[in-house]
Amino acid sequence: MAQMTMIQAITDAMRTELKNDENVLVFGEDVGQNGGVFRATEGLQKEFGEERVFDTPLAESGITGLAIGLGLTGFRPVMEIQFFGFLFETMDGIAGQMSRMRYRSGGHYHSPITIRSPFGGGVKTPELHADSLEGLMAQTPGIKVVIPSTPYDAKGLLISAIRDNDPVIFLEHMKLYRSFREEVPEEEYTIEIGKADIKREGKDVTIVTYGAMVHTALRAADQLEEEGIDAEIVDLRTISPLDVETVIESVKKTNRAIVVQEAQRQAGIAANVSAEISERAILHLEAPVMRVTAPDTVYAFAEVEDEWIPGEEDIIEKVKASLDF
Amino acid sequence: MPEKRLQEIESKFEMFQILNEKGEIVNEAAMPDLSDDELVELMERMVYTRIWDQRAISLNRQGRLGFYAPVAGQEASMLGSQFALDKKDWILPGYRDIPQIVWHGLPLYQAFLYSRGHFGGGQIPEDVNVLMPQIIIGAQIVQTAGVALGLKRKGKENIAITYTGDGGASQGDFYEGINFAGAYQAPAVFVVQNNQFAISVPVEQQSAAKTIAQKSVAAGIRGVMVDGMDVLAVYKATKDAREEALKGNGPTLIETYCYRYGPHTMAGDDPTRYRTADLDDEWERKDPLVRFRTLLESKGLWSEEKENEVMERAKEDVKNAIKQADDTPKQKVTELIEFMYESLPDSLEEQWEEYKKKESK
Ligand SMILES: Cc1ncc(C[n+]2csc(CCOP(=O)(O)OP(=O)(O)O)c2C)c(N)n1
Ligand SMILES: [Mg+2]
Repeated sequence: MAQMTMIQAITDAMRTELKNDENVLVFGEDVGQNGGVFRATEGLQKEFGEERVFDTPLAESGITGLAIGLGLTGFRPVMEIQFFGFLFETMDGIAGQMSRMRYRSGGHYHSPITIRSPFGGGVKTPELHADSLEGLMAQTPGIKVVIPSTPYDAKGLLISAIRDNDPVIFLEHMKLYRSFREEVPEEEYTIEIGKADIKREGKDVTIVTYGAMVHTALRAADQLEEEGIDAEIVDLRTISPLDVETVIESVKKTNRAIVVQEAQRQAGIAANVSAEISERAILHLEAPVMRVTAPDTVYAFAEVEDEWIPGEEDIIEKVKASLDF
Repeated sequence: MPEKRLQEIESKFEMFQILNEKGEIVNEAAMPDLSDDELVELMERMVYTRIWDQRAISLNRQGRLGFYAPVAGQEASMLGSQFALDKKDWILPGYRDIPQIVWHGLPLYQAFLYSRGHFGGGQIPEDVNVLMPQIIIGAQIVQTAGVALGLKRKGKENIAITYTGDGGASQGDFYEGINFAGAYQAPAVFVVQNNQFAISVPVEQQSAAKTIAQKSVAAGIRGVMVDGMDVLAVYKATKDAREEALKGNGPTLIETYCYRYGPHTMAGDDPTRYRTADLDDEWERKDPLVRFRTLLESKGLWSEEKENEVMERAKEDVKNAIKQADDTPKQKVTELIEFMYESLPDSLEEQWEEYKKKESK
């Protein structure tokens, strides 16, 4: 086993699949010689050559179109969108084309494509670099949306994504790239897409979340523990399709649920999770399901980002409100 | 013979130059009509901008500025084109094009606020016709066609100018922008600053086309490739494009062939991963300031004393602008909420109250 950061685990997953399957191709802006602006593809072009790992001209819609076309001719593209705010540039390619390939052809064609992209905030980037647009993708039928919160999960989920015959958007929270290391097996392994993971067991309240907020929630749980409150943390890991079963099981145990997302409130993942809980476990609830989210503005200007992104205190406040309800 | 036709077209896009690397006028006939004072002013702006760029880089390293894309090497391309504009012309810049909008009237401290990620950077003064620097590569290009058409329909004697890079010319928006402007014969000028790299990707990998200027042919508009290290050539090409546009002859695409000396931005780019020191040296020998200084000195218009004075002024101005940025009140989440709509919907009103409570703690 090796100690890896999340970005190293991601590189390792791509290396594993580039080795395993000659049809895997990695491409995007600056992913070749430069190894990506975050160095996620560091060394891959050198190892696998320019035909397998390559730079594209600067156009996200072009990259998506290329991926769809290569997918139709037997390749397994792993394309990068340099920052997820550039998703809007290729919204039709992804939501209007790629996601509908299987459906539109009555099952004849498909898009075995992985879209990797850094997302989330808290690292003081300019506009449209930090953003939480995962909700837009989760509302797009035909696409799976995976968001790992740890290096171990990142490697196993990315390998599964690359092997998946349907399009998978794999979102990498920028703040988690190098924030910590953990043991990651050097050999290959997969983690099933669509399965949540209990990151902390507890009995008093369920906190459902994903991405960087998993760690914010874990810190909040540590503080709550000092006050004798035992929180359980469900890391969704995949936001589409949603692992409703794991969420409901946890809620049935704790009878309280807080859903936390870094994204804005309106029509988000938290709203969706909250609706699932209400529909399926209303009689188990001691308090309404509550949400912790960012406010409904455009993503915050960098200077005020820290106040805008939900923090531990926001989670603690909601947990207490639930317990005092 | 399609190949032949292509070669013929490509051969028409030779580099337009007035002032060569040695500071000699090589194209007297094209020499723009600039007074001595204007020539000196252009030089002052280039020197000033280079100092401000150096200061901005070190302020960024000290954590006192945020997002910053260095401009050294591109001064002629940026400032020569802006100098050809009328005060009421519109500029739609990319993220690197801060010098043009500052010389067009945006106060420097606001450029610093923008860099720090403060909305004050976007609150453009009423009499300054510039947009905020565009982050999404290419988005400004289509909008320029719209601004230009608007100016034309309103009967204004003004143009819209926009800037992008060699990478930007690969975006669909680039082709749409030049095509729309051509279709409406809108008074627009599209400048592509070809500094030969899009972050790490060399321009040769962007397209099979030999020049970016030749892409004007497919859009049916004028195109010219200019030595982007020659401030006189850039000025002249922009001035001509502007005049044609105002005569009703439609837009022009200008490719300025240049180089950025520094990293792509200050956010961790390492140019040694994709450029050689030899290439850096080769381009520093073409430096726009050096050759223009040589010319002005030969005319007796420039001296070391003058240069020092401008450098001191730039340093002083940067210091004051940073202070003014420091003195600007820190923004609040409630303010972000207020900017969302003309009037707040109830749901946002509730969120506003929530943050108001937090902010008054
Ligand atoms: C739509 C979009 N895609 C990608 C990026 C990330 N990015 C920022 S600058 C850049 C390279 C731009 O190169 P070029 O157009 O040549 O301009 P230069 O930076 O050289 O001035 C890239 C890929 C972006 N900002 N917007
Ligand atoms: Mg460039």
